[in-house]
Amino acid sequence: MTAAPHIEVRNLTMAYGDYVIQRDLNFSINRGDIFVIMGGSGCGKSTLLRQMIGLVHPATGTVLYDGEDYWAADAETQVQRQRGFGILFQAGALWSSLTLAENVALPLQEFTTLAPDLIDEMVSLKLALVGLGGFENFYPSEISGGMKKRAGLARAMALDPQILFFDEPSAGLDPLSSRRLDDLILELRDSLGATVVLVTHELPSIFAIANNSVFLDADTRTMIAYGDPRELAEHGVDKVRTFLNRGVA
Amino acid sequence: MCTAPHKLAMKFDDLPDHWRAQLSIDGSAEAPCLWLSGSWALRGTVPRYGEIAAQFAAARRIQIGARELSSWDSSAVNFLAALTRDCRARKIEIDDSALPDGLRRMLVLVFAVPPAPTRALLNKPTLLASIGLATQQAWRDWPAMVEFAGEILLSVARFVSGRARYRRGDFVYLIEEVGPRALPIVSLISFLVGTILAYMGAVQLALFGASIYIADLVGIGVVREVAALMTGIILAGRTGAAYAAQIGTMQVNEEIDALRTLGVSPIDYLVLPRMLALILMVPILTLYAGIVGILAGMTIAVLVFDVGVYEYYNETLSALELKHFAVGLIKGTVYGALVGFAGCLRGMQCGRSAQAVGESTTSAVVLGILLITISASVLTIFFQKLGI
Repeated sequence: MTAAPHIEVRNLTMAYGDYVIQRDLNFSINRGDIFVIMGGSGCGKSTLLRQMIGLVHPATGTVLYDGEDYWAADAETQVQRQRGFGILFQAGALWSSLTLAENVALPLQEFTTLAPDLIDEMVSLKLALVGLGGFENFYPSEISGGMKKRAGLARAMALDPQILFFDEPSAGLDPLSSRRLDDLILELRDSLGATVVLVTHELPSIFAIANNSVFLDADTRTMIAYGDPRELAEHGVDKVRTFLNRGVA
Repeated sequence: MCTAPHKLAMKFDDLPDHWRAQLSIDGSAEAPCLWLSGSWALRGTVPRYGEIAAQFAAARRIQIGARELSSWDSSAVNFLAALTRDCRARKIEIDDSALPDGLRRMLVLVFAVPPAPTRALLNKPTLLASIGLATQQAWRDWPAMVEFAGEILLSVARFVSGRARYRRGDFVYLIEEVGPRALPIVSLISFLVGTILAYMGAVQLALFGASIYIADLVGIGVVREVAALMTGIILAGRTGAAYAAQIGTMQVNEEIDALRTLGVSPIDYLVLPRMLALILMVPILTLYAGIVGILAGMTIAVLVFDVGVYEYYNETLSALELKHFAVGLIKGTVYGALVGFAGCLRGMQCGRSAQAVGESTTSAVVLGILLITISASVLTIFFQKLGI
């Protein structure tokens, strides 16, 4: 018997009122995949991510986690499921009134029974994992954009989630920081066995870390490619090859 | 090679049962082997390295590995990181080749970047220190306020000479936002305050059979003082706070920097239209609030104290003079300008975070009400001295 995919998007249509952004999206993501949602600007990548993480209800269709329908579940089950997600938002979304340590500690304080000193240890560990050891008592306003993203990642990892969602993780980062973040994502996947879902159009990142992807097309308003991005760059439809080869089909 | 249990400083059997499911030690005291097993989960019971560190007091070399380790998460990484840190500090050799690949890689990540020097959290100041700091801050605030007022005056000069850059569309929107959209709340508050004023006065006046003088009390009180004061305070909470939040958020998003780099003065573009909108609209709102207050007084006088409508109307007309309206409108205009000044000042001084926007908004309301109160006192004395 084949195990259910870790995540499955089934017949999903996204719309704002009567305006359909994307329709009939069908794809699945296996456990341990690094999956990229790609497409041109304004095609609905971030909206799809927000529907997958339960922030916005789809117009039709649904998302299944381990075979369970997220949108058909009751509110309590949805919240439980969300606690298994780690989410890195575009600008880090750190709480500005809290220090980095307090940002990372908050999920541990709310959802575990760990002793306060063990929470402090775990916070230092998570910050060390993203290269921010020693920055525990800094406020978000005191650190750079790249550091905010890494701190956001430390917070996303606080509860050792099985699924990590990243919204444009490399946006605004210099190439070296972007490369370091890619390496970190790969390490986290390999070490923890987490499933990673990324929204990005950074080609170096896509080719460096992703093993599966979906391409959303703004013109036809549906997905026009699904598979390993390296394969799609070679043998995909013209539009996708052009996108993945920087305009050269 | 670790096989035989060594003599432990603390008998391992003395440890809680759940630890034995997750940890075991064998080998010799000089070269112990630590084995991780079972399930390590943050949401379960988490062994702490600090509590078994004594086991390794005599160790020269430690081997770490996994035996029937069914699952692990960062609780295992944390345990091993603490062990590694301790061993490095005591120059004890560690062999982690028997650990699962994932765990070893996580340990590499933990120690990949040397930690920056830690910074202690700033201590919360004591009550006395807080008072001192607040006083210092208030003292430093005055020059900034004077400077901002100067910038506004220069901007007004540019506006008068037609050199100020602002969008007329924005100005019309601001006027609508300050004036017509504030009517419901101004109506409600003015009516209620007029009612309170009439009722309080009437109870005393009725003792002397002088209920008709409610019209004088409410008419002069509302038109001269209360309408302007209430309008000012409503606008401090409604419009001043909105100005601080709007301009503050623009600071956070670097929109004000973008204006400056285009050579557009943020004072001309953002502050002046807001100040002018308030200065234009507040006299009208004050007049409106005064009329609503008088009507409220009339309602109470007629319904509760049996004063005739026409009687009340005539008494109000005879009590009110043009100077009362002039005083009320001048005060209202001054309060409006101060509310705009406080909101825009705090918005422009806002920091770069969501918390800073909140602090600016609060501060704008507090400063607005403070300035209204101070100016109310000064203007009252001023008009008294002039005999108006």
